[in-house]
Amino acid sequence: MSDMHLVHQRWTDTKVLMEPIRKGFGRGLKSAGEKDENVVAACADLTDSTQMHLFKEAFAERFVEIGVAEQNLVTVGAGLAAMGKIPFVSSYAAFSPGRNWEQIRTTICLNDQPVNIIGSHAGVSVGPDGATHQMLEDITLMRALPNMTVIAPGDSIEAEKATVALAKYKKPSYMRLAREGTAIISTDKTPFEIGKAYIYTQGSDMTIIATGTMTYQALLASEMLFKQGIDAEVIHCPTIKPLDAATILRSVKKTKLVITAEEHQVNGGLGGAISEFLGEHYPVPMRRVGVRDKFGQSGKPEELLEEYGLTAKHITFTAVKLHEEAR
Amino acid sequence: MGGKYSLEELEIKANDIREDIIRMLEYAGSGHSAGPLGLADIFTALYFDVLKHDPAKPNWGERDILLLSNGHCVPVRYAAMAHAGYFDKNELMTLRQFGSRLQGHPERTKLPGLESTSGPLGSGLSQACGMSLAMRMNSENHRWIYVIMGDGELDEGNVWEAAMLASKYKLHNIIGIIDRNNIQIDGPTEKVMPLEDLSHKWESFGWNVIDIDGNNIEAVIDACSMGRANTTKPTMIIAQTIPGKGVDFMEYDFKWHGKPPDHDQAKKALHELRTLGGKIKGEHE
Ligand SMILES: [Mg+2]
Repeated sequence: MSDMHLVHQRWTDTKVLMEPIRKGFGRGLKSAGEKDENVVAACADLTDSTQMHLFKEAFAERFVEIGVAEQNLVTVGAGLAAMGKIPFVSSYAAFSPGRNWEQIRTTICLNDQPVNIIGSHAGVSVGPDGATHQMLEDITLMRALPNMTVIAPGDSIEAEKATVALAKYKKPSYMRLAREGTAIISTDKTPFEIGKAYIYTQGSDMTIIATGTMTYQALLASEMLFKQGIDAEVIHCPTIKPLDAATILRSVKKTKLVITAEEHQVNGGLGGAISEFLGEHYPVPMRRVGVRDKFGQSGKPEELLEEYGLTAKHITFTAVKLHEEAR
Repeated sequence: MGGKYSLEELEIKANDIREDIIRMLEYAGSGHSAGPLGLADIFTALYFDVLKHDPAKPNWGERDILLLSNGHCVPVRYAAMAHAGYFDKNELMTLRQFGSRLQGHPERTKLPGLESTSGPLGSGLSQACGMSLAMRMNSENHRWIYVIMGDGELDEGNVWEAAMLASKYKLHNIIGIIDRNNIQIDGPTEKVMPLEDLSHKWESFGWNVIDIDGNNIEAVIDACSMGRANTTKPTMIIAQTIPGKGVDFMEYDFKWHGKPPDHDQAKKALHELRTLGGKIKGEHE
């Protein structure tokens, strides 16, 4: 769709540039820091890998090194926010929000302090570090909390925009980032607003709703499906909470078939969120592509994405099967 | 000292606050008795002498911050706030009831004057660190952050994460007060999870440590002054308190940690408080 200003119109056999989503966060945080001196940052001993070093180098006096202490990370964040700061606190998603959920619940959500929690290295594409570091339950954990917004950008360009947007948003928020290079699919002109989903490819036979690293895979899948006579609509859903109900409902009322795709457990993740929403408002046949109640393991990212069914091929296979069953 | 109340007036206030705590807990039918009674002298010292605050303007930008990390002791804070003029004393009887601003554990968004939401233990000192860092970034040099913590709460790892951070960044406008009453829900702290040597623990974490009798209002005021005078280290006041202080049958008994008095017990407790343990004749008796 031309008004989405994506990098390409067609994705199959088209060369794309790769960049880790977290890099966009690093640039966005520095730029948010330039725009507003109340933007501050804290990290739990992972400043380079979460890309906070760009902010730290530019604004040393507004950066707090917490050490390996994730409970302290988010509660110090709550204190900074209480005094009018706009804190971004980062670690790996497996540790934050993996280890400090209650502190996030009480001192950020219930206490209504606008802390931005950044969880990097989410998903199995973390690779050789193995299951302990491949966070697959963070969306579920954060989505269950009242007063929390949950965002998973689709590429580094969108992560940069989302970070700048979060600095102005001033509500408790969680953003998940990935370690490995992810295809750059969007441009500076591609729209992004917190709470909005975007139709990246129009179609009439089926709706594929994807988030984070899986949106590129969904775009590839829609082209494979087109060759098989299935005209799929791809919705990129970077904000998992609050869901863009209007965009999703409009599409699903047209296509009446739904696939969700995420590099996360399907239980309680994007697939969970869409199931809950459509179950109450417009039940249609649907399938969820994602991790199915399993932990990851060591390996190369591409081996793991294949093993856990997180590629365009898997989306296509699932979609074709659903299309056949629904006929 | 140098506040607007004499020591004698402060002691009477502490007693009034204790009476309100008993009435509130009896009426609510649930809640913690021992901790709030033991903390009445500390809260009296804070709200009527130590804190820079304005009950008419709870969000005043230059106010000192008081964090209650052990949120279950909030009845003493509510009572002290009502006596200080934050809200009408009649509202105290809504404690723990449906629709009340006085939630069972304090919620910042419900009642102006509460600085945070607490209940789950161990996160107050961390929030104080964040606040102190923000004040430093803003060059706000004349605001202090007081954090009340329970002793059982020190079992939480989060506390020691904050202890290290405050020391690292020399957050000297933080003054912590540990309610060292030696009890927690499952029994004496030294049986449940030994904390001693507590003073040396904090000292070794880089804190300025002051040991006091936490039921001596003058000692609390003096220790806070000493804490403010230290401009290199955060201060931890270890305040030895008597759990259930002022009510003979509750004092030192860990069974009163988590329960309220029934009607007869409340009557007995109030009588004791009004007569200062039989030393004087009750006014209304
Ligand atoms: Mg205790």
